[in-house]
This record gives sequence, structure tokens and C-alpha cells, in this order.
Amino acid sequence: MSSRTKHLLRAGTLTAAVLFLIYGVSRGEAAIVLNKAIHICMECIGLG
Amino acid sequence: MKLTNTVKRKLIQIAAFGFSNIHLGNFKSGSLYTGSWKQFCNPGLNCYSCPAASLACPIGALQAVSGSMNFKFSFYVVGFLLAAGVIFGRVICGFFCPFGLLQELLHKIPFPKRKLPKPLRYLKYIILVVFVILLPIIAIDYMGMGKPAFCEFICPAGTLEGGIPLLLANPRLRTVIGELFSLKAAILVLTLLGCMSVYRFFCKTICPLGAIYGLLNKISLYHLEVDQKKCVGCQKCAHVCKMDVDPVKHPDSAECIRCGECRDACPAQAIHLGFTSPARASEHKLHKQHVKDSTSGD
Repeated sequence: MSSRTKHLLRAGTLTAAVLFLIYGVSRGEAAIVLNKAIHICMECIGLG
Repeated sequence: MKLTNTVKRKLIQIAAFGFSNIHLGNFKSGSLYTGSWKQFCNPGLNCYSCPAASLACPIGALQAVSGSMNFKFSFYVVGFLLAAGVIFGRVICGFFCPFGLLQELLHKIPFPKRKLPKPLRYLKYIILVVFVILLPIIAIDYMGMGKPAFCEFICPAGTLEGGIPLLLANPRLRTVIGELFSLKAAILVLTLLGCMSVYRFFCKTICPLGAIYGLLNKISLYHLEVDQKKCVGCQKCAHVCKMDVDPVKHPDSAECIRCGECRDACPAQAIHLGFTSPARASEHKLHKQHVKDSTSGD
């Protein structure tokens, strides 16, 4: 992979990441994560 | 006293482990930390059902959102993973993953040591696609909710960090132990034995988070570079690599966790690890010197 391609991919991915994060937070995904993470996840511990 | 890079890395790993699992008092009560920090993802793999966990597991969070009633794709978690991966790559695995540290300690236990057959490395990509991405979206119940398939059927970190401590502390939970727990306990035992025999067995074969960061390792800002002019071709770097990577041939390998052992082993100092490129840094230095010389001449 050429250095230029790498730079372009890096910049594109980072831009997409920031946009994804902002959109994800704005539509309330962080609240879903919080809700899942503060309760015992029965599936995660092999009981659900 | 000068600390070696290996000791420095170990200290960072211990600090990351401690930060990820700071609520130790919860082990006694068998409860979880319920503060707002848990809406943020841990860059490494650490079960959010571990009583001491301070952050959310990104793989668990990804499945939780894509398996929810409202959303089938998590922009929040994918955005976080892309950002972390493109900036740091698998240095997260090498320095900041709590389960990675655990595996390295397990590998120190005297046990027959083996090399992993290379095709097994691809298993983690299959697990990522099938159990983390597809099943939570496809296998839905009558309410339209999917299951966190990787957490439920595979994740040994969840069984070790969440399942066992919670079952020990909560007698009521012990009454619902069934076949699923037996399956997960068997996977945990196999993983622990695997880690004792093969260095970072879980990272190499199972970890979907390592698979994501591995793909981003190829373009990450934190990267490994080999100065081909300095390289003497002694192959010491490849021999010392516990992730079975040849840094000269594949500096951007998806398996490289950027631990830096190859750099320390290189007799010609031909290996560079960092955010900057050594060639560009020396160009910049020369340019600065040139500007300084020309201004002092005036």
C-alpha cells in the first residue's frame, strides 16, 4: 500500500469515525450501552 | 535505575488493568459499578459484568446496540472502534487490554509451549462476522431483540471476570446455572490452557476486538517502520516475536501488537515504533537546522 493511499484511508476512516460517534451519541446509543453495562448481563456470564 | 521497555510496558498494562477494574469493593457485594463512566467503551476487552469494571466492553456494547429493538447498527461503538483503531491500532492489545495482560501472565506458568498453526489466526475474523455482527441482527426474538451471541456462547473473559465472581458472591444466581454455563466454563478452561501453552492464544484465535484493530493496524497512526538501509537481515526480530510476525516482511501485520520486543532485539536499531516516521522526523530536523543557519547568517 502506497504512503498516499495510507494517508487517504487514515483520514477517511478517522473522519467517518468522528461522524459515526456524533451521530451515534445524538440518537441515544450511549444510553443503551450504559443501560446494558450497569445491569448484570446474564448472557455474558453464561446464565442467560 | 533505568527501566527496560519490557518493564515499562508491563507497568502500563498493570495501570490499564487497574483503571479498567477500579471498583474492587464490588467483588464482595457481588454488584456492578453503575456510574455514568459505563456509557464509555474500554479500548481493550474487559467484561462490563465484571463487578470491578469501570467502563463498557466495546464488543458487548456493539452487540447490545445492534441487538436492541430500535437500532440494528451501532454508529457510536463502531465510531469509537474506528477512531481507536486508526489512531492506535493493536498497540491497544499490547499495552491497554486487561485480558491481554492476564494471558501474558498465564503464559509464564510452566507448561508445554507450542506455536499456533497459522490458519487458526483466521478464526477470529469468522467469530467477528458471525457472532458479533450477524447473529445479534439476524437471530431475533418476537420483540425484535437480538442476543449478544459472542458474549453468550463464547467469551471466556465474561465467564472469568463476570460469571465466576458474580456466582461466588450471589447464591441466588447459582440456582440458575445450566448447560450454557457448562459450555462457557469448558471454553474458559480450554482458553486458559491454550494461553498457558500458546502466547496470547485468545488474541490470536478468538478475539473479535483484536480482529478489528488488526485490520486497522495497516493504516494506524501508531505504526512500525523498518529502515531497510540499516537492516542487516539477521532475522533476530522475527525470532523474538511472540506473535509470530516477521516485522521486516510485514511491518503492518494484523497480528503485531506493537509490544516493541523486535525493536529492542534489533542490533542495528533499524526498527522504529511510534506516531511519527523517522525519515520525516530527520527531514524536519534538517529543515529546522537549515532555517536556523540561514537566520544566524543574516
